[in-house]
Amino acid sequence: MCQSPGRTGNQELRSMSGKPRLTYLNGRGRMEPVRWLLAAAGVEFEESFLETKEQYEKLIKDGVLMFQQVPLVEIDGMKMVQTRAILSYIAGKYNLYGKDLKERALIDMYVEGITDLMEMILMFPFSPPEAKEKNLDSIKDRAINRYFPVFEKVLKQHGQDFLVGNKFSWADVQLIEAILAVEEKIPAVLSGFPQLQAFKIRMSNMPTIKKFLQPGSRRKPPPDERYVETVLKVFKK
Amino acid sequence: MSGKPRLTYLNGRGRMEPVRWLLAAAGVEFEESFLETKEQYEKLIKDGVLMFQQVPLVEIDGMKMVQTRAILSYIAGKYNLYGKDLKERALIDMYVEGITDLMEMILMFPFSPPEAKEKNLDSIKDRAINRYFPVFEKVLKQHGQDFLVGNKFSWADVQLIEAILAVEEKIPAVLSGFPQLQAFKIRMSNMPTIKKFLQPGSRRKPPPDERYVETVLKVFKK
Repeated sequence: MCQSPGRTGNQELRSMSGKPRLTYLNGRGRMEPVRWLLAAAGVEFEESFLETKEQYEKLIKDGVLMFQQVPLVEIDGMKMVQTRAILSYIAGKYNLYGKDLKERALIDMYVEGITDLMEMILMFPFSPPEAKEKNLDSIKDRAINRYFPVFEKVLKQHGQDFLVGNKFSWADVQLIEAILAVEEKIPAVLSGFPQLQAFKIRMSNMPTIKKFLQPGSRRKPPPDERYVETVLKVFKK
Repeated sequence: MSGKPRLTYLNGRGRMEPVRWLLAAAGVEFEESFLETKEQYEKLIKDGVLMFQQVPLVEIDGMKMVQTRAILSYIAGKYNLYGKDLKERALIDMYVEGITDLMEMILMFPFSPPEAKEKNLDSIKDRAINRYFPVFEKVLKQHGQDFLVGNKFSWADVQLIEAILAVEEKIPAVLSGFPQLQAFKIRMSNMPTIKKFLQPGSRRKPPPDERYVETVLKVFKK
């Protein structure tokens, strides 16, 4: 188990639990896809929340952040950083990454596309007030004209419950997360997408996801002003 | 019908260059189609070959692959450049993602306004010297092996040598505090497939110039 000198006894005890530990702010940000994927895989995890610049600087000083950035996920003896690396590892470990290289390629393509859409949503709270309407229009345009049509067509063409290989995968988790995130901003966004409407219901009813969508789960609420302030405070130079 | 992968992008580095590097490092020959006009790009979209209406596009093994990371992961997996197990893959992914963040700064640099260029160059230098290069210097020093992960040539090594050379083009003395990386650069440059790629006449593209920037703006303008 990790014995880095900067740790308090408390943290050493916690890291002995065997559960992954997520270190990030107390909000969605770049960690939310990790929370989704672990939850969908039925994996319990612990969280440490950064609230002050000093906590963040201490993590850097302790040398636990490979590139001085969070998200950080401590899992299987590794201190993993970089969201995509973390998600790929979890997907691989819990058999959510397809059965071969070609299925993995499809999952990767789908996830990368969805990630581009989610990046717009991630950055939205940090855009200046005068740009917010235009950015919201961009999110709506990209969702409706670029990303959702792809998955609508995929589901229609094979008629299966899941995006890839007739089996639940990382791609399905990423898509349901994105659908719900976009709907929070544009409630009627699925109106032209019957396959995605059905997909949303199917995914929401899967036991692990259903549990994650209920109050009291590790799911974080949409970013509010207080979250934005915390981000700016913790990461300001 | 050649069976070789076909790359579709502009005639320049951009987001396709890491793919050219990885295929070349793996010793895989490939063909290229170059976008020069908006009309060619719009035709690709109209023909429905671009999953998210974007390039890079790599046609490989019957797939029309898009999204650079997906393409690179597939190539790495196919040609055994992705480690021997999940944990080695995790290390390779972390290293590649970090290097990609640095390369993104270099990618965007030609498109920044003239008044921002000096500041952006300083940022690239700061990140290379203070955030990214120290990590790989330390990794190489600690295990003393020739390659970053698992004592075996991998995608991470290709990404790192590409980044080192790209940063050096902008900041020639950038490796001066990094003896391990200097040795790594020489070792990688002398590997047969990479040596060939670094010679004139290879598929490697030159650094972006004004003409390249103009072509990008022209092809992708809304």
